[in-house]
Amino acid sequence: MHTLHTLTEADVWSTLETVKDPEIPVLSLVDMGMITKVLCRTMQGQKLAHITMTPTFVGCPALGVMKKDIYDAVKKMGFDDVEVVIDMETAWTSDRMKPEAKLKLEKFGIAPPAMMEEDMTAELLEKVRCPHCGSTDTTLRSSFGSTLCRAIRFCYSCRQGFEQFKPI
Amino acid sequence: MNKEAIKELLYKMGDDALIIGHRNSEWTGIGPLLEEDLAFASMAQDKVGHAQALYQISHEVLGDKDPDTIAFQRTEKEFKCCQLVELPIGEYDFSLVRHFLFDHAELIRYEMLTASSFKPLAQLAKKVKGEIKYHVMHADSFLKQLAKGTEESHARMQAALNFAMPFAYGIFEKSEYEDVLIKEGIFGGEEMLREKWLEKISAVVTAAGLTMPQVADSKIVYGGRKGYHSKFLEPLLDEMTEVTRTDPGAEW
Repeated sequence: MHTLHTLTEADVWSTLETVKDPEIPVLSLVDMGMITKVLCRTMQGQKLAHITMTPTFVGCPALGVMKKDIYDAVKKMGFDDVEVVIDMETAWTSDRMKPEAKLKLEKFGIAPPAMMEEDMTAELLEKVRCPHCGSTDTTLRSSFGSTLCRAIRFCYSCRQGFEQFKPI
Repeated sequence: MNKEAIKELLYKMGDDALIIGHRNSEWTGIGPLLEEDLAFASMAQDKVGHAQALYQISHEVLGDKDPDTIAFQRTEKEFKCCQLVELPIGEYDFSLVRHFLFDHAELIRYEMLTASSFKPLAQLAKKVKGEIKYHVMHADSFLKQLAKGTEESHARMQAALNFAMPFAYGIFEKSEYEDVLIKEGIFGGEEMLREKWLEKISAVVTAAGLTMPQVADSKIVYGGRKGYHSKFLEPLLDEMTEVTRTDPGAEW
Protein backbone atom coordinates (compact mmCIF):
# COMPACT_ATOMS: atom_id res chain seq x y z
CA MET A 1 0.00 0.00 0.00
CA HIS A 2 1.39 3.37 -0.99
CA THR A 3 1.49 6.22 1.40
CA LEU A 4 -0.14 9.37 0.19
CA HIS A 5 2.87 11.50 -0.58
CA THR A 6 4.56 8.87 -2.73
CA LEU A 7 1.59 8.28 -5.05
CA THR A 8 2.69 9.11 -8.57
CA GLU A 9 1.10 9.04 -11.99
CA ALA A 10 3.17 5.94 -12.77
CA ASP A 11 1.52 4.21 -9.80
CA VAL A 12 -1.91 5.07 -11.19
CA TRP A 13 -0.93 3.66 -14.59
CA SER A 14 0.11 0.37 -12.94
CA THR A 15 -3.15 0.20 -11.04
CA LEU A 16 -5.07 0.85 -14.25
CA GLU A 17 -3.32 -2.15 -15.78
CA THR A 18 -5.30 -4.28 -13.34
CA VAL A 19 -8.66 -2.83 -14.43
CA LYS A 20 -10.01 -5.18 -17.07
CA ASP A 21 -12.33 -4.56 -19.98
CA PRO A 22 -15.62 -6.07 -18.73
CA GLU A 23 -16.29 -7.58 -22.16
CA ILE A 24 -12.74 -8.93 -22.67
CA PRO A 25 -11.44 -10.01 -19.25
CA VAL A 26 -7.89 -10.77 -20.46
CA LEU A 27 -7.23 -7.17 -21.47
CA SER A 28 -6.81 -4.16 -19.24
CA LEU A 29 -8.03 -0.71 -20.17
CA VAL A 30 -4.37 0.28 -20.63
CA ASP A 31 -3.81 -2.68 -23.01
CA MET A 32 -6.82 -1.50 -24.96
CA GLY A 33 -5.37 1.99 -25.32
CA MET A 34 -8.48 3.44 -23.73
CA ILE A 35 -6.72 5.53 -21.09
CA THR A 36 -5.57 8.78 -22.65
CA LYS A 37 -4.28 10.79 -19.70
CA VAL A 38 -3.50 10.51 -15.99
CA LEU A 39 -2.95 13.58 -13.84
CA CYS A 40 -2.28 13.66 -10.10
CA ARG A 41 -2.24 16.81 -8.01
CA THR A 42 -2.62 18.00 -4.47
CA MET A 43 -5.14 20.72 -3.75
CA GLN A 44 -5.66 22.09 -0.25
CA GLY A 45 -4.03 19.00 1.19
CA GLN A 46 -6.28 16.70 -0.84
CA LYS A 47 -4.68 14.19 -3.17
CA LEU A 48 -6.61 14.07 -6.43
CA ALA A 49 -6.40 11.84 -9.49
CA HIS A 50 -7.80 12.87 -12.84
CA ILE A 51 -8.14 10.21 -15.51
CA THR A 52 -9.39 10.64 -19.05
CA MET A 53 -10.51 7.72 -21.16
CA THR A 54 -11.95 7.20 -24.61
CA PRO A 55 -14.60 4.57 -25.35
CA THR A 56 -14.12 2.04 -28.13
CA PHE A 57 -17.63 2.56 -29.49
CA VAL A 58 -19.67 5.70 -28.79
CA GLY A 59 -22.64 3.67 -27.61
CA CYS A 60 -20.64 1.12 -25.61
CA PRO A 61 -22.91 -0.04 -22.77
CA ALA A 62 -19.91 -1.11 -20.65
CA LEU A 63 -18.71 2.49 -20.30
CA GLY A 64 -20.48 3.12 -16.99
CA VAL A 65 -19.05 -0.07 -15.50
CA MET A 66 -15.54 0.83 -16.68
CA LYS A 67 -15.74 4.33 -15.22
CA LYS A 68 -16.81 2.88 -11.90
CA ASP A 69 -14.11 0.18 -11.96
CA ILE A 70 -11.45 2.84 -12.58
CA TYR A 71 -12.83 5.03 -9.82
CA ASP A 72 -12.90 2.17 -7.31
CA ALA A 73 -9.41 0.87 -8.14
CA VAL A 74 -7.73 4.27 -8.05
CA LYS A 75 -9.63 5.46 -4.97
CA LYS A 76 -8.41 2.38 -3.12
CA MET A 77 -4.80 3.51 -3.67
CA GLY A 78 -5.43 6.28 -1.17
CA PHE A 79 -6.64 9.22 -3.22
CA ASP A 80 -9.13 11.59 -1.62
CA ASP A 81 -10.96 12.03 -4.87
CA VAL A 82 -10.86 10.48 -8.31
CA GLU A 83 -12.31 12.00 -11.42
CA VAL A 84 -12.91 9.86 -14.50
CA VAL A 85 -13.92 11.81 -17.58
CA ILE A 86 -14.51 10.94 -21.22
CA ASP A 87 -11.87 12.32 -23.55
CA MET A 88 -13.67 14.19 -26.33
CA GLU A 89 -10.50 15.02 -28.23
CA THR A 90 -8.95 11.61 -28.70
CA ALA A 91 -11.05 9.24 -30.75
CA TRP A 92 -10.32 5.60 -30.01
CA THR A 93 -9.28 3.46 -32.93
CA SER A 94 -8.25 -0.19 -32.82
CA ASP A 95 -4.73 0.94 -33.82
CA ARG A 96 -4.38 2.18 -30.22
CA MET A 97 -4.39 -1.42 -29.00
CA LYS A 98 -0.87 -2.51 -28.00
CA PRO A 99 0.81 -5.34 -29.98
CA GLU A 100 1.04 -7.51 -26.84
CA ALA A 101 -2.65 -6.88 -26.24
CA LYS A 102 -3.42 -8.22 -29.70
CA LEU A 103 -1.51 -11.41 -28.88
CA LYS A 104 -3.46 -11.85 -25.64
CA LEU A 105 -6.68 -11.30 -27.55
CA GLU A 106 -5.80 -13.98 -30.09
CA LYS A 107 -4.89 -16.43 -27.32
CA PHE A 108 -8.24 -15.69 -25.70
CA GLY A 109 -9.91 -16.83 -28.94
CA ILE A 110 -10.74 -13.52 -30.59
CA ALA A 111 -8.96 -12.56 -33.80
CA PRO A 112 -7.29 -9.17 -33.24
CA PRO A 113 -7.97 -6.18 -35.50
CA ALA A 114 -5.55 -5.52 -38.36
CA MET A 115 -3.73 -2.18 -38.37
CA MET A 116 -5.67 0.37 -40.37
CA GLU A 117 -3.11 3.17 -40.60
CA GLU A 118 -5.52 5.44 -42.47
CA ASP A 119 -9.02 4.14 -42.91
CA MET A 120 -10.95 0.94 -42.58
CA THR A 121 -11.20 -0.85 -45.91
CA ALA A 122 -12.99 -4.03 -46.94
CA GLU A 123 -9.58 -5.71 -47.50
CA LEU A 124 -8.91 -5.55 -43.77
CA LEU A 125 -11.79 -7.93 -43.28
CA GLU A 126 -10.24 -10.58 -45.52
CA LYS A 127 -7.29 -12.86 -44.68
CA VAL A 128 -8.05 -12.80 -40.98
CA ARG A 129 -6.26 -15.59 -39.12
CA CYS A 130 -8.36 -18.14 -37.24
CA PRO A 131 -7.42 -17.98 -33.53
CA HIS A 132 -8.10 -21.73 -33.16
CA CYS A 133 -6.02 -23.28 -35.98
CA GLY A 134 -4.08 -20.37 -37.48
CA SER A 135 -5.48 -20.72 -41.00
CA THR A 136 -6.26 -17.57 -42.98
CA ASP A 137 -8.86 -19.41 -45.05
CA THR A 138 -11.67 -17.65 -43.22
CA THR A 139 -14.68 -15.58 -44.16
CA LEU A 140 -16.76 -12.83 -42.63
CA ARG A 141 -20.17 -14.16 -41.61
CA SER A 142 -21.50 -11.00 -40.04
CA SER A 143 -20.08 -7.56 -39.30
CA PHE A 144 -21.99 -7.67 -36.04
CA GLY A 145 -21.50 -10.02 -33.12
CA SER A 146 -22.01 -10.52 -29.42
CA THR A 147 -20.73 -7.02 -28.59
CA LEU A 148 -20.49 -3.81 -30.64
CA CYS A 149 -16.76 -4.29 -31.18
CA ARG A 150 -16.89 -7.83 -32.58
CA ALA A 151 -17.70 -9.47 -35.91
CA ILE A 152 -18.49 -13.13 -36.55
CA ARG A 153 -16.26 -15.19 -38.85
CA PHE A 154 -16.00 -18.79 -40.01
CA CYS A 155 -12.85 -20.84 -40.62
CA TYR A 156 -12.96 -23.20 -43.63
CA SER A 157 -9.92 -25.07 -42.37
CA CYS A 158 -11.05 -26.16 -38.88
CA ARG A 159 -14.71 -25.48 -39.69
CA GLN A 160 -15.33 -23.47 -36.57
CA GLY A 161 -16.90 -20.10 -36.04
CA PHE A 162 -14.91 -17.43 -34.25
CA GLU A 163 -15.09 -13.81 -33.30
CA GLN A 164 -12.98 -10.97 -34.61
CA PHE A 165 -12.34 -7.63 -32.97
CA LYS A 166 -13.31 -5.16 -35.70
CA PRO A 167 -10.75 -2.79 -37.10
CA ILE A 168 -12.27 0.60 -36.46
CA MET B 1 -20.94 30.84 -33.82
CA ASN B 2 -24.71 30.70 -34.15
CA LYS B 3 -25.90 28.58 -31.23
CA GLU B 4 -29.44 28.12 -32.46
CA ALA B 5 -28.19 26.87 -35.81
CA ILE B 6 -25.89 24.35 -34.17
CA LYS B 7 -28.61 23.16 -31.82
CA GLU B 8 -30.97 22.63 -34.74
CA LEU B 9 -28.32 20.53 -36.49
CA LEU B 10 -27.55 18.48 -33.37
CA TYR B 11 -31.24 17.85 -32.78
CA LYS B 12 -32.10 16.73 -36.27
CA MET B 13 -29.13 14.36 -36.35
CA GLY B 14 -29.74 13.15 -32.81
CA ASP B 15 -33.45 12.65 -33.40
CA ASP B 16 -32.83 10.72 -36.62
CA ALA B 17 -30.39 8.46 -34.78
CA LEU B 18 -32.64 7.97 -31.76
CA ILE B 19 -35.74 7.12 -33.77
CA ILE B 20 -34.10 4.84 -36.31
CA GLY B 21 -32.22 3.25 -33.42
CA HIS B 22 -35.53 2.53 -31.73
CA ARG B 23 -36.97 1.14 -34.94
CA ASN B 24 -33.91 -1.06 -35.55
CA SER B 25 -34.23 -2.46 -32.05
CA GLU B 26 -37.71 -3.72 -32.92
CA TRP B 27 -36.04 -6.47 -34.97
CA THR B 28 -34.46 -7.92 -31.84
CA GLY B 29 -35.69 -11.46 -31.45
CA ILE B 30 -37.61 -11.55 -34.73
CA GLY B 31 -34.90 -11.09 -37.37
CA PRO B 32 -35.03 -13.53 -40.31
CA LEU B 33 -31.59 -14.95 -39.37
CA LEU B 34 -29.70 -14.93 -36.09
CA GLU B 35 -26.96 -12.83 -37.69
CA GLU B 36 -29.51 -10.28 -38.87
CA ASP B 37 -31.08 -10.15 -35.47
CA LEU B 38 -27.64 -9.30 -34.07
CA ALA B 39 -26.92 -6.82 -36.86
CA PHE B 40 -30.05 -4.76 -36.29
CA ALA B 41 -29.68 -4.93 -32.51
CA SER B 42 -26.03 -3.80 -32.77
CA MET B 43 -26.86 -0.99 -35.15
CA ALA B 44 -29.65 0.09 -32.82
CA GLN B 45 -27.20 0.26 -29.95
CA ASP B 46 -24.74 2.29 -32.04
CA LYS B 47 -27.45 4.72 -33.17
CA VAL B 48 -28.84 5.35 -29.71
CA GLY B 49 -25.24 5.93 -28.57
CA HIS B 50 -24.77 8.48 -31.35
CA ALA B 51 -27.97 10.27 -30.36
CA GLN B 52 -26.77 10.39 -26.77
CA ALA B 53 -23.39 11.82 -27.83
CA LEU B 54 -25.06 14.52 -29.97
CA TYR B 55 -27.44 15.56 -27.18
CA GLN B 56 -24.46 15.54 -24.81
CA ILE B 57 -22.71 18.12 -26.99
CA SER B 58 -25.82 20.30 -26.86
CA HIS B 59 -25.86 19.87 -23.08
CA GLU B 60 -22.15 20.51 -22.44
CA VAL B 61 -21.31 23.08 -25.07
CA LEU B 62 -24.58 24.95 -25.54
CA GLY B 63 -25.86 24.71 -21.98
CA ASP B 64 -28.89 22.68 -23.01
CA LYS B 65 -30.77 20.17 -20.79
CA ASP B 66 -29.21 16.77 -20.10
CA PRO B 67 -29.40 14.08 -22.81
CA ASP B 68 -32.13 12.01 -21.13
CA THR B 69 -34.39 15.03 -20.81
CA ILE B 70 -33.81 15.98 -24.43
CA ALA B 71 -34.53 12.43 -25.56
CA PHE B 72 -37.53 11.61 -23.41
CA GLN B 73 -39.25 14.81 -22.43
CA ARG B 74 -40.01 16.61 -25.64
CA THR B 75 -43.30 16.68 -27.46
CA GLU B 76 -43.74 15.16 -30.90
CA LYS B 77 -43.74 18.65 -32.45
CA GLU B 78 -40.32 19.38 -30.96
CA PHE B 79 -38.71 16.39 -32.68
CA LYS B 80 -36.76 17.21 -35.82
CA CYS B 81 -36.29 13.75 -37.32
CA CYS B 82 -37.17 13.09 -40.97
CA GLN B 83 -40.25 10.98 -41.63
CA LEU B 84 -38.23 8.14 -43.18
CA VAL B 85 -36.96 7.03 -39.77
CA GLU B 86 -40.42 7.10 -38.19
CA LEU B 87 -42.07 4.56 -40.46
CA PRO B 88 -42.81 1.17 -38.89
CA ILE B 89 -40.29 -1.60 -39.63
CA GLY B 90 -42.70 -3.25 -42.07
CA GLU B 91 -41.33 -6.27 -43.91
CA TYR B 92 -37.61 -6.99 -43.88
CA ASP B 93 -37.21 -5.64 -47.41
CA PHE B 94 -38.36 -2.21 -46.33
CA SER B 95 -36.21 -2.15 -43.20
CA LEU B 96 -33.13 -3.10 -45.23
CA VAL B 97 -33.78 -0.51 -47.92
CA ARG B 98 -34.43 2.21 -45.35
CA HIS B 99 -31.22 1.23 -43.56
CA PHE B 100 -29.36 1.40 -46.90
CA LEU B 101 -30.73 4.83 -47.86
CA PHE B 102 -30.40 6.34 -44.40
CA ASP B 103 -26.94 5.06 -43.51
CA HIS B 104 -25.34 6.19 -46.74
CA ALA B 105 -26.62 9.71 -46.05
CA GLU B 106 -25.48 9.47 -42.45
CA LEU B 107 -21.97 8.33 -43.39
CA ILE B 108 -21.51 11.17 -45.88
CA ARG B 109 -22.94 13.68 -43.40
CA TYR B 110 -20.39 12.64 -40.76
CA GLU B 111 -17.58 12.62 -43.32
CA MET B 112 -18.48 16.20 -44.23
CA LEU B 113 -18.68 17.14 -40.55
CA THR B 114 -15.11 16.01 -39.84
CA ALA B 115 -14.18 19.38 -41.39
CA SER B 116 -16.70 21.35 -39.31
CA SER B 117 -15.65 24.64 -37.76
CA PHE B 118 -17.61 23.52 -34.69
CA LYS B 119 -14.89 21.39 -33.08
CA PRO B 120 -16.93 19.17 -30.73
CA LEU B 121 -18.98 17.94 -33.68
CA ALA B 122 -15.91 17.50 -35.90
CA GLN B 123 -14.33 15.33 -33.19
CA LEU B 124 -17.41 13.19 -32.74
CA ALA B 125 -17.75 12.83 -36.51
CA LYS B 126 -14.25 11.35 -36.81
CA LYS B 127 -15.20 8.68 -34.32
CA VAL B 128 -18.71 7.92 -35.53
CA LYS B 129 -17.94 7.61 -39.23
CA GLY B 130 -15.83 4.50 -38.50
CA GLU B 131 -18.82 2.84 -36.85
CA ILE B 132 -21.26 3.76 -39.59
CA LYS B 133 -18.98 2.31 -42.24
CA TYR B 134 -19.91 -1.10 -40.85
CA HIS B 135 -23.59 -0.24 -41.12
CA VAL B 136 -23.15 0.77 -44.74
CA MET B 137 -21.17 -2.36 -45.57
CA HIS B 138 -23.95 -4.45 -44.09
CA ALA B 139 -26.63 -2.60 -46.06
CA ASP B 140 -24.75 -2.82 -49.35
CA SER B 141 -24.05 -6.50 -48.99
CA PHE B 142 -27.66 -7.44 -48.27
CA LEU B 143 -29.06 -5.12 -50.91
CA LYS B 144 -26.87 -6.82 -53.50
CA GLN B 145 -27.54 -10.35 -52.30
CA LEU B 146 -31.31 -9.94 -52.24
CA ALA B 147 -31.51 -7.94 -55.46
CA LYS B 148 -29.63 -10.76 -57.18
CA GLY B 149 -31.36 -13.56 -55.28
CA THR B 150 -34.65 -14.87 -56.57
CA GLU B 151 -37.25 -13.22 -58.75
CA GLU B 152 -39.32 -12.53 -55.63
CA SER B 153 -36.47 -11.07 -53.58
CA HIS B 154 -35.51 -8.83 -56.50
CA ALA B 155 -39.08 -7.60 -56.93
CA ARG B 156 -39.43 -6.98 -53.23
CA MET B 157 -36.23 -4.92 -53.05
CA GLN B 158 -37.29 -2.85 -56.05
CA ALA B 159 -40.75 -2.24 -54.59
CA ALA B 160 -39.27 -1.26 -51.22
CA LEU B 161 -36.87 1.12 -52.96
CA ASN B 162 -39.72 2.72 -54.94
CA PHE B 163 -41.74 3.16 -51.76
CA ALA B 164 -38.91 4.49 -49.56
CA MET B 165 -37.29 6.92 -51.99
CA PRO B 166 -39.73 9.87 -51.60
CA PHE B 167 -39.21 9.62 -47.85
CA ALA B 168 -35.43 9.35 -48.24
CA TYR B 169 -35.30 12.64 -50.13
CA GLY B 170 -36.94 14.14 -47.05
CA ILE B 171 -33.67 13.57 -45.16
CA PHE B 172 -32.30 16.62 -46.95
CA GLU B 173 -35.06 19.06 -46.00
CA LYS B 174 -33.42 22.36 -45.13
CA SER B 175 -33.95 24.19 -41.89
CA GLU B 176 -34.15 27.95 -41.55
CA TYR B 177 -30.51 27.93 -40.45
CA GLU B 178 -29.17 26.25 -43.59
CA ASP B 179 -27.38 29.36 -44.91
CA VAL B 180 -25.85 30.17 -41.53
CA LEU B 181 -24.50 26.63 -41.16
CA ILE B 182 -22.84 26.83 -44.56
CA LYS B 183 -21.55 30.39 -44.13
CA GLU B 184 -19.97 29.67 -40.75
CA GLY B 185 -18.36 26.47 -42.00
CA ILE B 186 -20.31 24.34 -39.54
CA PHE B 187 -21.81 22.05 -42.17
CA GLY B 188 -21.48 21.93 -45.95
CA GLY B 189 -25.26 21.86 -46.38
CA GLU B 190 -28.10 19.51 -47.32
CA GLU B 191 -27.81 20.16 -51.05
CA MET B 192 -24.18 19.09 -51.19
CA LEU B 193 -24.98 16.08 -49.03
CA ARG B 194 -27.88 15.08 -51.27
CA GLU B 195 -25.72 15.24 -54.39
CA LYS B 196 -22.95 13.12 -52.92
CA TRP B 197 -25.54 10.67 -51.58
CA LEU B 198 -27.32 10.31 -54.91
CA GLU B 199 -24.07 9.59 -56.68
CA LYS B 200 -23.11 6.98 -54.09
CA ILE B 201 -26.41 5.11 -53.83
CA SER B 202 -27.04 5.19 -57.58
CA ALA B 203 -23.78 3.29 -58.10
CA VAL B 204 -24.72 0.60 -55.56
CA VAL B 205 -28.33 0.31 -56.76
CA THR B 206 -27.24 -0.05 -60.36
CA ALA B 207 -24.53 -2.58 -59.50
CA ALA B 208 -27.18 -4.60 -57.64
CA GLY B 209 -29.26 -4.71 -60.84
CA LEU B 210 -32.02 -2.51 -59.46
CA THR B 211 -33.46 0.65 -61.01
CA MET B 212 -33.16 4.04 -59.35
CA PRO B 213 -36.71 5.33 -58.90
CA GLN B 214 -37.40 8.78 -60.31
CA VAL B 215 -39.10 10.97 -57.73
CA ALA B 216 -40.91 14.15 -58.73
CA ASP B 217 -40.21 17.09 -56.41
CA SER B 218 -43.88 17.26 -55.50
CA LYS B 219 -43.77 13.68 -54.17
CA ILE B 220 -40.93 14.24 -51.70
CA VAL B 221 -42.07 13.82 -48.11
CA TYR B 222 -40.93 16.91 -46.25
CA GLY B 223 -42.03 18.21 -42.87
CA GLY B 224 -40.07 16.22 -40.31
CA ARG B 225 -37.33 18.81 -39.90
CA LYS B 226 -39.96 21.44 -39.11
CA GLY B 227 -41.84 19.27 -36.62
CA TYR B 228 -44.52 17.91 -38.96
CA HIS B 229 -44.47 14.16 -38.58
CA SER B 230 -46.18 11.04 -39.82
CA LYS B 231 -48.88 9.45 -37.69
CA PHE B 232 -46.31 6.85 -36.61
CA LEU B 233 -44.08 9.07 -34.47
CA GLU B 234 -46.51 9.82 -31.65
CA PRO B 235 -47.21 6.17 -30.74
CA LEU B 236 -43.48 5.42 -30.97
CA LEU B 237 -42.67 8.26 -28.55
CA ASP B 238 -45.42 7.05 -26.22
CA GLU B 239 -43.86 3.63 -26.12
CA MET B 240 -40.29 4.94 -25.83
CA THR B 241 -41.10 7.21 -22.91
CA GLU B 242 -43.49 4.89 -21.08
CA VAL B 243 -41.04 4.06 -18.30
CA THR B 244 -39.65 7.60 -17.95
CA ARG B 245 -43.13 9.06 -17.62
CA THR B 246 -43.96 6.88 -14.62
CA ASP B 247 -41.19 8.61 -12.65
CA PRO B 248 -39.51 11.50 -14.48
CA GLY B 249 -35.97 12.20 -13.31
CA ALA B 250 -35.61 8.89 -11.47
CA GLU B 251 -32.03 7.80 -10.82
CA TRP B 252 -31.13 4.27 -11.88
